[in-house]
Amino acid sequence: MTTIEVRIGPRPDSGPDGMDSYPGEQPRMGFFTDTSVCIGCKACEVACKEWNRVPEDGLVLTGMSYDNSVGLGADTWRHVAFIEQQRPLGVTDGDPGAGDGGASGGDGAGGDGAGGDGGLRWLMASDVCKHCTHAACLDVCPTGALMRTEFGTVVVQADVCNGCGYCIPACPYGVIDQRKEDGRAWKCTLCYDRLGAGMEPACAKACPTDSIQFGPLEELRERAATRVEQLHAAGEDSARLYGHDPGDGVGGDGAFFLLLDEPEVYGLPPDPVVTTRDLPSMWRHAGAAAATLAGLAAVSFAAGVLGERLGLGGRR
Amino acid sequence: MSEVRVTRKGLRGERPGREAIPGKTGDDARRWRRKGRAEQPMVPEPEFTSYYGKPVLNPPVWEARDIAGYLFLGGLAGGSSLLAAGADLTGRPELARAAKAGAGAAITLSLAALIHDLGRPARFLNMMRVFKVTSPMSVGTWLLSGYGPAAGVAAASALTGRLPRIGAAATVGAAVLGPAVAAYTAALISDTAVPAWHDGYREMPFMFTGSAAMAAGGLGLLAAPAAESGPARNLALLGQVMEMAAFERMTRRIGMTAEPYRAGRGGAYIRAGQVLGALGATGAALSGTPLVRGARPRRVVAALSGAALLGASAATRWGVFHAGMESARDPKYTVVPQRQRLAELSAPAGRPVGLPPA
Repeated sequence: MTTIEVRIGPRPDSGPDGMDSYPGEQPRMGFFTDTSVCIGCKACEVACKEWNRVPEDGLVLTGMSYDNSVGLGADTWRHVAFIEQQRPLGVTDGDPGAGDGGASGGDGAGGDGAGGDGGLRWLMASDVCKHCTHAACLDVCPTGALMRTEFGTVVVQADVCNGCGYCIPACPYGVIDQRKEDGRAWKCTLCYDRLGAGMEPACAKACPTDSIQFGPLEELRERAATRVEQLHAAGEDSARLYGHDPGDGVGGDGAFFLLLDEPEVYGLPPDPVVTTRDLPSMWRHAGAAAATLAGLAAVSFAAGVLGERLGLGGRR
Repeated sequence: MSEVRVTRKGLRGERPGREAIPGKTGDDARRWRRKGRAEQPMVPEPEFTSYYGKPVLNPPVWEARDIAGYLFLGGLAGGSSLLAAGADLTGRPELARAAKAGAGAAITLSLAALIHDLGRPARFLNMMRVFKVTSPMSVGTWLLSGYGPAAGVAAASALTGRLPRIGAAATVGAAVLGPAVAAYTAALISDTAVPAWHDGYREMPFMFTGSAAMAAGGLGLLAAPAAESGPARNLALLGQVMEMAAFERMTRRIGMTAEPYRAGRGGAYIRAGQVLGALGATGAALSGTPLVRGARPRRVVAALSGAALLGASAATRWGVFHAGMESARDPKYTVVPQRQRLAELSAPAGRPVGLPPA
């Protein structure tokens, strides 16, 4: 278990990764979800629901492999995706540390590699709110219900949210959603209440394979880089990190992933961008359009007056 | 389940935990694969991949009647306030009265629609807790809290004939804020991850203000006498041209993301708007020429074309709304443009768009 010491200090000028609205000197906390060791047990889904008292939202057979929860939403804050692929699993006979020669299956993109006999590759991944460095949901929230915590996470204050729904289409990952019977928007809080008490989030606590790892983001990023190298050395070339880069369109995710295929295979956007990055330009265009409208009205009246002077139509 | 054996030399057969390598699970895994009972992959891989065709985004939860309705009514109100001020300035009392009443009614209905669309309508005042320039909805809230009362007072004064000075001041105030009310809604919907809305953010404000001019001009043609409706006709025609031009430019620029504007429900509304707009504009132009003789026929043609222009503006807003919804529901519009963007970044060595990497 990762214990954390809560420190709240004066507000710095800017937070880690150039994050704004970061109110403390607590290191930024996050998740590293290593999907290569996910076994699809859904303990994270269950632990999340239990701890956060998230209402039941239907347990259905979807036909999407073992997926019963379909995607993230108001009542699904952890979602385990299952992908069945007609690809051989990267089979390694040698020692993973041996590097070259140890791999015989590759990532399977080429169909049947050396160890490929058309076997089933079963990908599993536990998805969650990304707690973006530049969070669109937080930017567009008109009530201030969405806030940045001292841990660098993004949380909805349920007592403030008025259910305007703006955060929902703003999120480039399709995370936050409206709870119909309640009207407000809900999403993962990264167990804000547990963090405040020095405990790790419920999903990470429940994960039996440490696929979900919780900790200071800096440390997780280092650990993830090592893990990717390890997998590459073992011949699992398809391993790649997702959301780890502070230079990406959302300034990096507080919850990032190790994936074994393209992000869209898991239902993740390949190149998400925080929508407010273009907002200054949007305001400029809207301003120009407003001025144009005023200009059109002025021209309309000027033409009317001119027409009267010239005796064309109009009033007599 | 555990196959770990405790021996004198320590644990044997220990599983690697978070160090595990996929595929390296010993004999069991190999036996499984040899059975050859792999299922067919459930996700077809055409030009792009997705998770069982499920949307990447969570589509907006907004109701078409409330939000598309507000896009239309807000534009109508903003445009009408301009028309009202101009009519006051140039001595067209009937046009001024119609435009002020229209703006007041439209903005009242707008506020009702906006509050109705909230998940917690009783908390609508929470909108005034903060002012955030990063949230067009917050900016819009403060804009409306200035514009709404101004348009309301202007309308009340015009209809009752009381407090003419305050009414005149309110008319000017509403005319100053009106264009902003008509334009900001474009930033409102563009500032989302919805592809058809976000990608069109450059032209959307011009499309919206054009549509607003068309609606306000249409209302003027419908409600004001022929002797005063000249500027309303001009505004409607100019607005119709601007809306069409902005739409054409936008759909040409944004590539495949423009599909929902042409097909499906969004496309149907857009086409209806174009037909109504063309009819309305033709009628409006005719009603202003000597080709239509006599006061009465001229009035009838003007009113019909005004109604058509109002309908055109509304249909366009509904079209934009539904096109956005469709683009959010189909993962194609999220994944393919993002893949293209990545491919362009890694060009010229970029691989074909939409294919998984080698």
